[in-house]
This record gives sequence, structure tokens and C-alpha cells, in this order.
Amino acid sequence: MKDVAFGQYYPADSFVHRLDPRLKILFLIAYIVAIFVASNFYGLALCAAVLILAVALSRLPVGKVFRAVRGALILVIFTAVINLLFHSGKTVYWSCGILCISKEGILFSAYLVIRLVLLVICSSLLTYTTTPVALTDGIESLLTPLKWIRFPVHALALIMSIALRMIPTLMEETERIKNAQKARGANFESGNPLRRVKAFIPILVPLLLSAFRRADELGDAMEARCYGGKKRVKYKKLRFSWRDLLAAILAAALIAGVVLLRVYLGEIV
Amino acid sequence: MRIVVEHLSYTYQPRTPFAVKALDDVTLTIEEGEFFGVIGHTGSGKSTFVQHLNGLIRLPSSLKRQKKIKPKKGCLPPPPPVLKVGDFDLGDKKTDFRALRKSVGMVFQYPEYQLFAETVKEDVAFGLKNFSEGKPDPRQTEEAVREALSIVGLDYDEIADKSPFDLSGGQKRRVAIAGVIVTRPEVLVLDEPAAGLDPLGKREIMQLLHRIHGSWCKTIVIVSHDMDEIAENCTRAAVFSEGKLVCVLPPSELFRDAGRLTDLGLDIPLTAKLVLALRERGVEIDCNFRTEDFVAAVLARKGGAS
Ligand SMILES: Nc1ncnc2c1ncn2[C@@H]1O[C@H](COP(=O)(O)OP(=O)(O)OP(=O)(O)O)[C@@H](O)[C@H]1O
Ligand SMILES: [Mg+2]
Repeated sequence: MKDVAFGQYYPADSFVHRLDPRLKILFLIAYIVAIFVASNFYGLALCAAVLILAVALSRLPVGKVFRAVRGALILVIFTAVINLLFHSGKTVYWSCGILCISKEGILFSAYLVIRLVLLVICSSLLTYTTTPVALTDGIESLLTPLKWIRFPVHALALIMSIALRMIPTLMEETERIKNAQKARGANFESGNPLRRVKAFIPILVPLLLSAFRRADELGDAMEARCYGGKKRVKYKKLRFSWRDLLAAILAAALIAGVVLLRVYLGEIV
Repeated sequence: MRIVVEHLSYTYQPRTPFAVKALDDVTLTIEEGEFFGVIGHTGSGKSTFVQHLNGLIRLPSSLKRQKKIKPKKGCLPPPPPVLKVGDFDLGDKKTDFRALRKSVGMVFQYPEYQLFAETVKEDVAFGLKNFSEGKPDPRQTEEAVREALSIVGLDYDEIADKSPFDLSGGQKRRVAIAGVIVTRPEVLVLDEPAAGLDPLGKREIMQLLHRIHGSWCKTIVIVSHDMDEIAENCTRAAVFSEGKLVCVLPPSELFRDAGRLTDLGLDIPLTAKLVLALRERGVEIDCNFRTEDFVAAVLARKGGAS
């Protein structure tokens, strides 16, 4: 239960870990734009090269990176199959009614699959190398302009960070309650579907109660420490450094590269 | 049922940067009929240890899919862990873990957080329903629930139809304990059952444990931070520190060496403190650190002196 791959921080000390979270978020956005701008395999190859460089710099174990892809595997396969069968083209290898497999279809679905995989790896790279707190700080800072239209940016960031903070706690709590009920002979593994759903009531009721209790306590504790007063300052100040400059240059070069490749080499097929 | 533990180790989240070695090569035996204490500093692995006893944490060899861990070159593979509770071999895939859990009851830390049913009576009967083959007989169920509630000092007629969430903290705790002992487990494991209760509540919990220990419950294993509780009630106690077993001794010997316990960040019972204070003033008292025995020893000494 504890090894949900997505959205889990992997602690290490690396170039990527030390980047400013705001820059990493912007980099992710730039990267997604680049993926969508890339109109041919050369552009994608450039994107992939940048991503491989980023993964290498992040010192993540390769297994972790693939685990993230595994999570999106169904989506990837689905996309590939649908496009393979429905994309029409000139060089047809096989057809049956509206279904057909063509050279163009194969190329196009390969193109989509590569795009998807790059997207998944890149976004999980962000969550692997950035603590949830840094991430919400970054988002809050990037959303600052919205404060001018009185959008409660700070409250939003706080809600996000509390939610993220509570996920492991609630999972631990679930495990505890599950064990307590198992010790009283509860059986979660066998029986027909209806019985199995019913078997979860002894977990859900205590879990909900404890979530509400925690929320209450947290609210009280925050109030007791004068939350909601005037301006707040950050414990960790975000600061740009030479690393961030390098990464920004890399991102700019990537976008320029894919645009050039698109202009000079055109679309796929 | 005799509990045999050999070379038990456990690591939370192994092979990740978050790995915590919670148990490290623990070997001990708990005889049938014991009132066995488990003590140690917070985070020393006590809860992890007791959760092994009814198979909530399983030995790798009892799981269907085993992860093979290659032993490092040049060092001997660690001796295989052994975990037996009576006739149940917890290292065996074929063990019936539900039957085991029926014989080994487990009361968790803050058991009141496991209450879920609409009425006290349903909640207490939950375990009974789970462990019985087929449909349980309503009359027998009611009888067992009434009995369990009366053991924990609650009145069936007054409380059975109330919602467990309307009770006070202490009452909830008792209902939760009733929900475990209702199946009459032969071995009862309790993880800090008295934590957070007032002194009277604590004393009552210990009294009820002694009551059932005298009858159908043969063995009690209790995790506690309260050294007076240990000195007063236990036949022997195991001391854990950072996942390792430091020693297993009866309280009369354990608390004689106060330095060792304080070095581990543990307290000593009041009687042991008094013995030390008296020793400083040149009065040697030899006792097993139970209050009654201590008083008797002091009186004997006083009588002898005058
Ligand atoms: N579910 C878990 N995941 C990861 N680590 C855990 C988990 N449960 C316990 N640990 C770690 O294992 C170690 C032993 O924990 P355990 O709960 O057995 O200690 P304990 O002796 O019962 O402490 P306490 O007296 O506070 O109850 C601790 O360092 C703890 O942080
Ligand atoms: Mg504990």
C-alpha cells in the first residue's frame, strides 16, 4: 500500500532535486509545450534526449522511472490500439470494415505513444524530485498574479499542502484500523462482491471519524497558533541559483530546437 | 499455548530510502500461563513485535509470493526465523491464520478507534460473528456479549443498545476490549491498554486482566510504558531497544539493575526508587518490587531493628 508510485517524493541530493520548484514547474510546462510542438520524430528525439539528461541528473533509480510508466500503461496501450486501427492512410496493410492498419497509422500511434510516455515520465520526475511542501510553495508563488483579482491563492495552496500531508497519515490509519478488524476476524479477501463491499464498513466508519477528528484538531491547533492573522512569511525562501539559470537555458533551447525541427522538416509522414 | 520466537527480524519499507529496521534478531520464549510484559523506549519495536504474534505481520516464508533476497557475498545467510504459537507455525503457508487469530486476541493501542457499529452490542459481537462457522445462534451471542461486557465492568442492559460513539473515552475503551475478549482467546495480547486512562481506569483494566487470566485466558502479553504496572503484575518482562531484545527477566531481577533501564531511557517503578533511596541512607531492602512485598520487607526490617 505504501508504494504508490505516483506523486511520491524520492529523497536524493542531485542537480534536479536542488532546482527551484517554480522553475521545475515552468520547465514541465515548457516541456509539455515542446512535446506538442514537436511534429516529427526528430523533434521527439530531441525531447527524449533532454528528458534522459534530466533523469540522469536526478539520480533516480531507473526502476522508479519505469514504475511511473507502468501506472499509465493501460492508457498508453489503449491509445496505441485505437489509433492503430482507426487512423487511415495510403499504404494499407490490412483492412476490415472501418478498421484498417496502415503504415501511417503505425507511425502515428508510435508518435502518440512516445509523446504520452515522455509526458508521464516528465511529470513524475517533478513529483519524485520535489517535496510536496516545495511543490505547493512553488505553485503558490507562480499563482501570485491571481491575488490581484482577489483569488485566495494562499488558502488554495494551504488546502493542497494539507491534503498532500494527510495522505500518508490516512493510509497509515487505514492500515491500523484494518489490522485491528482483522484481529477480530474480519475478512477482506474472500466472498462475493457485495460481501466484500460490506466488509469495508468496519474500516470506513472509523476512518471517516478519525479524519474528521484530525481536521478538527488541526483547525484548533492552527487557531491556537494564531493562523489567519496578518501577513505570513516563509520558513524556506525560494531562491534562483546558477542551476536554475542553466535549466532555464536548456528549456529555451529545447523549445527553439523543436520549433526549428518542425519548420524545416515538417509533419510526420 | 507456548510462544516460541527465534531470530525474528522485521524491516518496514525494505529496499527504500525510508527503510526502518524495527526488529533485529529477536529470540525469546513465552510459557503458557505467563503474564508477560514488553517494555522499551518509544519506537523500540514493541508494537511491531506483538503484531507478529497473531499474524498481522507475516513472516516472509508464510506469504504466497516470496521475494527472494540474495544474501550478500562473503557473509553467511541469517538463520531462518521461527515463530510458533502453540501448534500454529506462523512461518508456514498452510497455517489457518483466522483460526490463529481466534486463539490469539489482540487489543491495539487506542482500541476505541476501531469501533464502527451502530450499537455497542453489534460491535462487541463483530468478532464472534466473524469467527463462528455458519450463522451464530442469537441467544448464545447475546449471552457471550453480556458476559464480555460484564467482565470489562459494563452493564449490558444499560449500554447494549447505545451507540458506541455516545460513550465516554474510558467506556469506549472497555467496549473495544470486550469486542476482543468476547471470543475467549487463549492468548491475549494488549498494546498499552491503559494509555491515556485515569489512575482508577488503569487499575480497573489491570484487575480485569487478572480476572480473565485466572480463568480461560491462559497467557497475557502486555506492552506498557508504566513500570509500576509491570512490577506489580508481570511474571517476566522483555526489554526492547532499537529493535533488539536487551533481556528477558522477572521484575524482581529486572529492576535491581536500575542503571541499565535508565540508560535505555526507561523509568523504574516507585518501589525500586524507594529501595535506592533507602540504600543511600544505608538501609538494604530485599524485595521483588511489588508494593505489598516491599511493605512487608520494610516492616520486617523495622521489626528486626527495633
Ligand atoms: N507502518 C510503518 N511504516 C514504517 N515504519 C514504521 C511503521 N510502523 C512503525 N514503524 C517504525 O518502526 C519502528 C518501531 O515501531 P513500533 O511501533 O514497533 O515501536 P513501539 O516500540 O511500539 O513504540 P511506541 O512505544 O511509541 O508505541 C519505529 O522506528 C517506527 O518509526
Ligand atoms: Mg507501539
